[in-house]
Amino acid sequence: MTLVWLIIIPFLGAVFAWISARWSSRWPRWIAVSALTVDLAIALNLWVQYPGALAYAGRGPWIADFSYPWMPQLGIGFHLAMDGLSLLMVLLTVSLGIASVICSWTEIQERLGFFHFNLMAVLTGIIGVFLAVDLILFYFFWELMLVPMYFLIAVWGHENRAHAAIKFFIFTQLGGLLMLLAILGLYFVHGAGTGAYSFDYFELLNTPMTPVTSMWLMLGFFVAFAVKLPAVPFHPWLPDAHTEAPTAGSVILAGLLLKTGAYGFLRFVLPFFPESVEAFAPTAMILAVAGILYGAFLAFAQTDLKRLVAYTSVSHLGFVLLGVFDRNELGLQGAVMQMICHGFSTGALFILVGSLQERIQTRDMNRMGGLWSTAPTMGGIGLFFALASLGLPGLGNFVGEFLVLLGTYEKSVYITALAVVGLVLAAVYSLSMILWAFQGPKAEDWRIPDLSIRETALMGVMIAILIWLGLFPQPVLNTAAETLKYLPNYTVTAHTATPVQEGERDSVARETGIVPITGLKSPAFLPLGSSK
Amino acid sequence: MLGILWLIPALPLAGFALLILLGSRFNQRSSSLVGVGSVAISASLALAVAISFIGSPPPNFHYRQTLWQWMQLSNFRPEFALYLDALSVTMIVVITVVGFLILLYSSEYMAGEDGYNLFFAYMDLFVGFMLTLVLADNLLFLYLGWEGVGICSYLLSGFWYKEAANGRAAVKAFVVTRFGDTAMAMGLFLLFMNLGSLQIQELMQRAVQQWPVGSVVAVAAAALLLGGALGKSAQLPLQVWLPDAMAGPTPVSALIHAATMVTAGVYLIARTNVLFTLAPVVQSAVAVIGVLTLLAAGFSALTQSDIKRVLAYSTISQIGYMFLALGVGAWSAGIFHFVTHAFFKSLLFLSAGVAIVACHHEQNIFKMGGLRHQMPVVFWTFIIGAASLAAAPLVTSGFYSKDAILWSVWSSERGGNLLWAGGLLGALLTGIYSFRVVILAFMGEAKAPVTYRPSNLVYIPLIILSIFSVVAGFVEMPRTLGDLQLFSRFLETALPPAHPGHYGVTTEAVVQLIAAVTCLMGIYAAYLVFLRRADLAERLVETPITAALHHWWFVGWGFDWIYDKLFVQPFLWLAKVDKDDVIDLLYQGIALLNRTAHESLSGTQTGRIRGYAAGIAIGSVITLAIVVLL
Repeated sequence: MTLVWLIIIPFLGAVFAWISARWSSRWPRWIAVSALTVDLAIALNLWVQYPGALAYAGRGPWIADFSYPWMPQLGIGFHLAMDGLSLLMVLLTVSLGIASVICSWTEIQERLGFFHFNLMAVLTGIIGVFLAVDLILFYFFWELMLVPMYFLIAVWGHENRAHAAIKFFIFTQLGGLLMLLAILGLYFVHGAGTGAYSFDYFELLNTPMTPVTSMWLMLGFFVAFAVKLPAVPFHPWLPDAHTEAPTAGSVILAGLLLKTGAYGFLRFVLPFFPESVEAFAPTAMILAVAGILYGAFLAFAQTDLKRLVAYTSVSHLGFVLLGVFDRNELGLQGAVMQMICHGFSTGALFILVGSLQERIQTRDMNRMGGLWSTAPTMGGIGLFFALASLGLPGLGNFVGEFLVLLGTYEKSVYITALAVVGLVLAAVYSLSMILWAFQGPKAEDWRIPDLSIRETALMGVMIAILIWLGLFPQPVLNTAAETLKYLPNYTVTAHTATPVQEGERDSVARETGIVPITGLKSPAFLPLGSSK
Repeated sequence: MLGILWLIPALPLAGFALLILLGSRFNQRSSSLVGVGSVAISASLALAVAISFIGSPPPNFHYRQTLWQWMQLSNFRPEFALYLDALSVTMIVVITVVGFLILLYSSEYMAGEDGYNLFFAYMDLFVGFMLTLVLADNLLFLYLGWEGVGICSYLLSGFWYKEAANGRAAVKAFVVTRFGDTAMAMGLFLLFMNLGSLQIQELMQRAVQQWPVGSVVAVAAAALLLGGALGKSAQLPLQVWLPDAMAGPTPVSALIHAATMVTAGVYLIARTNVLFTLAPVVQSAVAVIGVLTLLAAGFSALTQSDIKRVLAYSTISQIGYMFLALGVGAWSAGIFHFVTHAFFKSLLFLSAGVAIVACHHEQNIFKMGGLRHQMPVVFWTFIIGAASLAAAPLVTSGFYSKDAILWSVWSSERGGNLLWAGGLLGALLTGIYSFRVVILAFMGEAKAPVTYRPSNLVYIPLIILSIFSVVAGFVEMPRTLGDLQLFSRFLETALPPAHPGHYGVTTEAVVQLIAAVTCLMGIYAAYLVFLRRADLAERLVETPITAALHHWWFVGWGFDWIYDKLFVQPFLWLAKVDKDDVIDLLYQGIALLNRTAHESLSGTQTGRIRGYAAGIAIGSVITLAIVVLL
């Protein structure tokens, strides 16, 4: 039931924020922050209780489960489940959600109720995406993220918002359509093969299918997630959407929406289609490297500060894609780490750009320069996140990138050699950004107030998180370990391991208190140590 | 006693944190107190650790201190752990002591500057990262310090951020070294994947056990690490960033050149010497690169007019000597030269800094002149530094360290006559260019009145460094002169001993005499060309060939030009052309197609019944035709 609360609370927050705007402009903000804080407390509580890899060693990754038959005739259930990976993603979502409410505190002055409704609705959808283990439910939440995000861009965005919002909508909608087709295809293939028609994630694992079918269905999912991630060449929606969105929208887009794509790869593509993934991995890794290099290059080419930051996401998420398709522990852990750290570092950069734009009403770097002298705190904090973004050791992003590259090296030396060039390019765009915006002579005589206490405190927390992740990443690595451990093994053990007896499963369920997940066919996902 | 080891890097880092968090509320006095004080305590702890290490060496001459586990993923288990042996003892003492003297000097030199607290914060961070680098027990932790010093040099080179050129130089410095860093990162991947660890001592043991001498993987590993070393230590072909990094305040240059940053590459090679021994090709490459760099930089130093650029090229050249030593397996001689170089190079930079301020921020040696009478102390300290750089025989530390290198190159089986001759030519050049600066900047007529009168905070570091620049050489004397081997004996507990061939004392004496005479010839040549017959220098560059050569050397052999044309310009051009992302055109095309189709179809929506009726009729006919025909 905890899982349901995680989704309901932000949704209630959304509704109440909207309603409360009639009474006062303060209410929506406080309601949003409170709802998210409660959610954060629940998620943190789960994390504290989650004993990490050691206590659950070999017991399977699932820590919470909620299932309610929704449309049983069609095999659709309201099925939520949480493992370490989704726990981390929910934590990230709620934290960045709070950040995005705080950063909009003064920026957004119009239609506050509707703004916070949309903001909270997006967050609800994202949390749902990270928790849903029924494919129709997953698709429902996937689409639920989309509409309020569209409104956030189209209503509170900048100059070119209509174009950006429509572009964003069409890209993701098309990707979503392909995913829906793939989901339906998987449903029917599974039903035809086993006689049981179900959209349940655990039912659909290890669906018997021919290599060709598997490849087509995999591609359907792949494109949907690759658009969201985004992987080159599906990225052109990103710079427009990120640039035109209001700050909170950019934070959520970069920090969270992109991560749903990466999450989709980890949760669905890798376990559903191990052989096709094996066959397709080289292509995906080449796309990933292309993203790393091309994204970094395009970031450097920009003169719009926000657009520059937007393109860095293409580069950083290239590392995530690379790590996912490494399919080994190092790469997968690196990908998860990179997802989290990118959320904070890029989110923070967007918040900084937003507060800068609030002060000087422009994002054009040709009109900036020399801002350090008038806003040194802003400059220093910008420099910090630029360094995080270029992968300075000691900060979280380095851990992610290094692990990904190390994992990639195991698969291909050449791809690694290309990908490390991305580190050089990251230095080029990050430091150039600081040079153009904050250093050098002043293009115009800006006299702006430095960061306020609210902004400095927000940035301070995000800085602390990145340093903590850079120096003590182990808690996060442990949390994700149980989930990730099974993904690479999937290709090896899924079809050779012996099925586990009914009775064994029940006894374990009694001991651990974990709800036995019915219809579980994959030994890898069983809460049992013996079957590996 | 050794248990306090972690405090040595932690104190400067804590100083940094304090200055960053609270520095804006500090006045200059408390900023410098925190900035200098933290390194001062760190230096005294380093000395205490060194004394304890030498007095009662730990078992097997090394000491390990684990701080905490960084990550743990199956067999990938890097730790935050420190490793102390004779090599790192030497490094931490030099880094903290020289660092402290430079910071002490800075507390007056930088007085009144904007961002005074930030300056000390960055300097502390620099020292802290460098200490991390040399104390790291595994290569990943070392890499943290490695990238950290890179960032600090970026921050400090671009300290005067209001000039766009300074910022660009800083970015250039970081990006160029990052090319080397990525090679090093690849080396780390290779080492871990092949040997299953990044802990340095474990790596070295496993490498010896698993890799035969000259095996491809050993060569690749050594070459990749060398790539990193070339970047940080500004050796060919990645030396281009160092002369530009002079954009920062002068104490920064002193710190980058003497105690931190550029010596990191030398340290890395010495630390992983086993790998280089396993890859003789790469080790020879180290020697060859060293010789080529020391010559190329020596020629460039001859032609510079900016006093700091002369010193910058001289650093590149002296690091070249260290590489040469490492390349012929004279590990301790290379580190010995690092030590003496740290003293005399910081001395030169700090003295030059005073001279520059005294001449109203004039860095052109042709416009300085005559400082000898106006600033006698600085004149003498600069002379001591220059003499030590030129390796003036017997009385300077530079003589003993450079002599050790040249003798090793001559006598080692890995050395050879050609390398030795290169080193000798370099010694000649060093004599000329170092005394060229002395003569042009300090002798002759005064060209501007000197108003700056430095206080003791500036003089004390200069005098201490002068003393070190003279006496530091006496810990290691060749067989012909006292035969003292305190330093190399000490280092042999950590580094393999050099293997000189069996040559008699007479041979060694002759070789040394040649080197000594060469150096003196250099100094005399400088005297002849630049003081005695001052017009000679100008006449020398009058012919087209020598003028072209002069220009070629002046611009650092055109490396910048080539890189600019080969990498920078194409990249900028592409960035300009592709700013709007060519891939987006595809999607714009799709959108355009849709819109065109939409517009052309909506054109048929005329509202005229006749048109619609015709359309229906034609449509029916076509449909019927299809039905009938199929």
